[in-house]
Amino acid sequence: MDYTNKIKKTIKSLEHLSKNQGIDLNDEINSLEKKLADIYPEQDSHYQEEKKQHTPWERVKIARNLERPKPQDFIENMIKDFIPFHGDRLIGDDNAIMGGIGYLKDIPVTAIGTRRGKDLKGNMDSNFGMPHPEGYRKALRLARQAEKFRRPVIFFVDTPGAFCGLEAEERGMAEAIARNLFELSDLNVPTFTVITGEGGSGGALALSVSNKIYMMENAILSVISPEGCASIIFKDSARAEEAASSLRLTAFDLFELGIIDKIVEEDKDFESNLKPTLDRLEEMLYDDVFRFSFMDEEKMKDQRYNKYRSIGFFEAEKAQIPEKLLSAANGNNNGNMNGRNNFLNEVARFFGLK
Amino acid sequence: MSAKIQDIIQNFLKTRKNKYQTYIPDNLFSQCPNCKKMVYKKKIDRNQGVCPDCGHHMRISNQQWMDILFDGETVQLLFEEYKTLDVLNFPGYKDKLDKLYGKNVNEGITTGKARLHGIPVLFGIMNTDFILGSMGSVLGERVARLFEKGKAQRLPVIIISRSGGARMQEGAVSLMQMNKTAAAIKRFSNAGNLYVSLLTNPTTGGVTASFAMLGDIIMAEPYALIGFAGPRVIEQTIKQKLPEGFQTSEFLQEKGFVDMICERQNLKDTLQKILKVHQY
Repeated sequence: MDYTNKIKKTIKSLEHLSKNQGIDLNDEINSLEKKLADIYPEQDSHYQEEKKQHTPWERVKIARNLERPKPQDFIENMIKDFIPFHGDRLIGDDNAIMGGIGYLKDIPVTAIGTRRGKDLKGNMDSNFGMPHPEGYRKALRLARQAEKFRRPVIFFVDTPGAFCGLEAEERGMAEAIARNLFELSDLNVPTFTVITGEGGSGGALALSVSNKIYMMENAILSVISPEGCASIIFKDSARAEEAASSLRLTAFDLFELGIIDKIVEEDKDFESNLKPTLDRLEEMLYDDVFRFSFMDEEKMKDQRYNKYRSIGFFEAEKAQIPEKLLSAANGNNNGNMNGRNNFLNEVARFFGLK
Repeated sequence: MSAKIQDIIQNFLKTRKNKYQTYIPDNLFSQCPNCKKMVYKKKIDRNQGVCPDCGHHMRISNQQWMDILFDGETVQLLFEEYKTLDVLNFPGYKDKLDKLYGKNVNEGITTGKARLHGIPVLFGIMNTDFILGSMGSVLGERVARLFEKGKAQRLPVIIISRSGGARMQEGAVSLMQMNKTAAAIKRFSNAGNLYVSLLTNPTTGGVTASFAMLGDIIMAEPYALIGFAGPRVIEQTIKQKLPEGFQTSEFLQEKGFVDMICERQNLKDTLQKILKVHQY
């Protein structure tokens, strides 16, 4: 437990050094953060304590709570002089996604987020936080604009998923999401995503192609809602609680799987008093945005590519070697057979057995 | 006495019955799901899996696809050694995997290299045998590697998609495969390489919203179901019946999301023409 704190202190001092001297220490910081993510969960008692506070199903309910601060609150509180922009320049505007320009402390950024309501009126106005294709196309347009003016992009994501309606399919929902994943993977400016509440599958993913993904402590990110999973896999939508635990959709699960980079702790009274938590998030974001600005563009894009390239768990089976060859390569100590042994050893080494 | 004669007669009749009873095997005929006619199976196979009466494109196996599209003896399978892991310890997943691997079905996509009328191409053919062709880590890895190989060797890629979406038993890991494949395609595309995507019936969910809809040229088979959300989910959301032809390839072409609809009989020649224009 002692060394996790020491590593964190080292990271902090490297960040200070980078900031003060204006040099690129991102490789070192990123590799230390990766080490921390590998050892952190088991060793840190504070982390284990935080994790045990709520069950996954409880966290799902907290993430979906109407009173919970929404991305528009995050943007209002963290981005100064925010000017919102509208429209995808193709067919229309989408009230479920907001975006515009402003400052993160003193750095100009483009901030894009989903909008959700805290009451029925707000929800009907923002389509319950479920974007149409034009919303994603608006997000892409604003991200491209940020790329032109060399501004980092910060996404705030809280959505039950993409809207599954008639017009959404007619206007190419699948293509809009695919296009966002495609184009944003290669953006020339650093991007950051904060999942503030519910991360609903592809609809959230189209705004989550970033160098770093943050998740609020009680946020969730899932490929399918627990209810949907329960009705398809368990054939009983009442088993949503069990599905929520099996899907591993909490911030802690995703941190341990290496999918998200940082968990943002929430104060106990986050819903009524969001300022202190958002100040903490602002500090974390600012440090990362600042140090990424020193990174060479190609390296920054490689970091983003490798982040997603390395996510995947599978077995790579070795080639099957016939028994005779194996035993001959291992066993025979017959002096006359040295030449043959050497050959078989080489073959065995080629197949990766020695 | 009459009982004995009856037995003799009955036995005699039985032998006659056995001698003259003709044996007709099962599975000689199958029913076309579209026109509901019974068609001789071998006729369908010879017609590349298309109903000779109504032209309905039926599901065919990976091997049949390779026979239709690629020159004989030129097919080389790639990345077959990846095996699915039960990452999340999802209930019931391991048994399902063991059963499927026992039947020798190796994940939802077969990737490889082959020649199409002499032109070397990289291909990926999806099938719905393995958990509805859903995208998990292995599928994502195979697709990403296919595109990386295509970029390194400057080969075109053809992917035939058929899927029910992302694999929920792998949770957010399968979600991230959408990102992974799209990023690999972006790098492949930046280098000026061609990717032709063929959408077949059905292609839905996370696969449509990632690599299937990112082809330079998007082709579709006639009357294939292609969309993001499934039709039942949409009906439940909007509480109305869906219009006729909704989410078919023809509908998508009309709305502007599919380049062309290609019948299976013309597929190999059309692909050859496309590859030749791209100077492969």
